[in-house]
Amino acid sequence: MKILIVGGGMGGTILANNLARRLHEELHGGKAQITMLSASDRHMYQPGLLYVALGRMMPQELYRDQRGLLEPEIEFHVDPVEEFGLDQHQVRTKSGKTYSYDVLVIATGSRIFPDGVPGLKENAEFFYTEESAVRMFKRLREFKGGRVVVAVGMPHKCPMAPLEITFMLYDYFKDRGLLDKVKLHYTYPIGRTHSLENVAKWATPEFERLGISYETLFNMKEVDGVGKVVRSEEGTEAPYDLLISIPAHKGMEVIEKNGLGKSGWIPTDRYRLNMEGRDNVFVLGDTTNLPISKAGSTAHFEADALAENLAAMIRIGSPVRDYDGKVFCFIEAGKDRATYAMFNYQNPPNPKPPTRAVHWFKTAYNRLYWASARGLL
Amino acid sequence: MGEETVKVVDATGSFCPGPLMELIAQLRDAEIGDVLELLSSDKGSAQDVPVWINKVGHEMLGSEEKDGVWHIRVRKVK
Ligand SMILES: Cc1cc2nc3c(=O)[nH]c(=O)nc-3n(C[C@H](O)[C@H](O)[C@H](O)COP(=O)(O)OP(=O)(O)OC[C@H]3O[C@@H](n4cnc5c(N)ncnc54)[C@H](O)[C@@H]3O)c2cc1C
Repeated sequence: MKILIVGGGMGGTILANNLARRLHEELHGGKAQITMLSASDRHMYQPGLLYVALGRMMPQELYRDQRGLLEPEIEFHVDPVEEFGLDQHQVRTKSGKTYSYDVLVIATGSRIFPDGVPGLKENAEFFYTEESAVRMFKRLREFKGGRVVVAVGMPHKCPMAPLEITFMLYDYFKDRGLLDKVKLHYTYPIGRTHSLENVAKWATPEFERLGISYETLFNMKEVDGVGKVVRSEEGTEAPYDLLISIPAHKGMEVIEKNGLGKSGWIPTDRYRLNMEGRDNVFVLGDTTNLPISKAGSTAHFEADALAENLAAMIRIGSPVRDYDGKVFCFIEAGKDRATYAMFNYQNPPNPKPPTRAVHWFKTAYNRLYWASARGLL
Repeated sequence: MGEETVKVVDATGSFCPGPLMELIAQLRDAEIGDVLELLSSDKGSAQDVPVWINKVGHEMLGSEEKDGVWHIRVRKVK
């Protein structure tokens, strides 16, 4: 049984290591083989970018060598896939090689797509890549006061990032004694301050308490960098002195180019995690079209379920459990307080009042992640 | 207006905010006066979309549910 995993991020790595442990015997007996193809020899802990943007982590702390994170039985190549031949059960890579498989797992992630809004790329600060997060921090340091707009597009990965960056910016300006010179304003595309209703119920009074203004049903249409204003599809405007944005995302271009899913989102069975219409192709993490958060924890819990199922399919010829939609997200509520949201397909989240303890737990997880990627946690 | 053609935007199977995002994208490309019919199987979106149409100021022509699918009709007016 040849298992091919495309993507060496959170989902792909956790799956590969979990599977290698479960299939130890089969891997050594030549009955199973795990190969991973990725686009980079480094693994980035993306949630750390939030802290880089505020000068609280250095970019170098976010990386590990990908090969070193993987169990030794896993064959690993940095050779991105360019063509998916699902009918032939093979993929073709950038270097021109062909890899065949019995089971394919796609976990290529997602990316910001600011190009959908004219003027956004040129005029906004982002923190979803290393380079942009560092640049954003430098802008923040120079910032002397004015209107700061956090403008959110959809869909995007890390559902809590819009709230977290807003609350953390509040504390950042407070610590620098700038609060009386700064006006924070938040815009969100749907009719409440967060897509998860109970999270919105918690966040809205927090905004009001802190004097952070907000506009919902605000879908960015264009950014006028000269007039310094964001215009919405709805006909309203948000003037800014500093614009910070979480733009709408897409899946990877290779997914869309190969016709696997519109905008790079692959139609996926919500319980079995197979690509719709394909029994031997599975999808993990951001690149699914599932109506749940695009988060590392989603990729992690999906990988756990899929590893168990793939190993069971090899051993008893049948999957053993469904993915239940489980997601767990920390929510930083400032620089030193946090809460969390845990939910699945059946049960909505119910965030508790933020505490210091949860914040320290998140800080610890920022380091513990590497154990989790190795499959030890 | 008997000759009016209706462009169907099929967002069934997509969940909040998918249908709204889909409608916004299609309305952007439509001409003033065009009628779009959004199909959505997501209940939350069936509530959100009319509120959005109202905020933007397009003309809400109607919303009805048939077999678990909401058909929301809107005319682009600006
Ligand atoms: C600023 C920020 C904050 C975040 N905060 C949180 C948080 O607090 N909690 C949380 O749970 N999540 C958070 N996330 C989200 C989390 O990082 C992602 O949801 C998660 O990484 C998704 O995992 P994935 O495996 O789907 O994709 P990724 O981890 O992005 O991995 C994709 C992999 O695919 C590879 N790849 C790409 N193209 C190809 C190709 N053609 N062929 C082969 N390989 C390819 C890439 O090199 C990469 O290794 C945050 C993200 C950001 C950016």
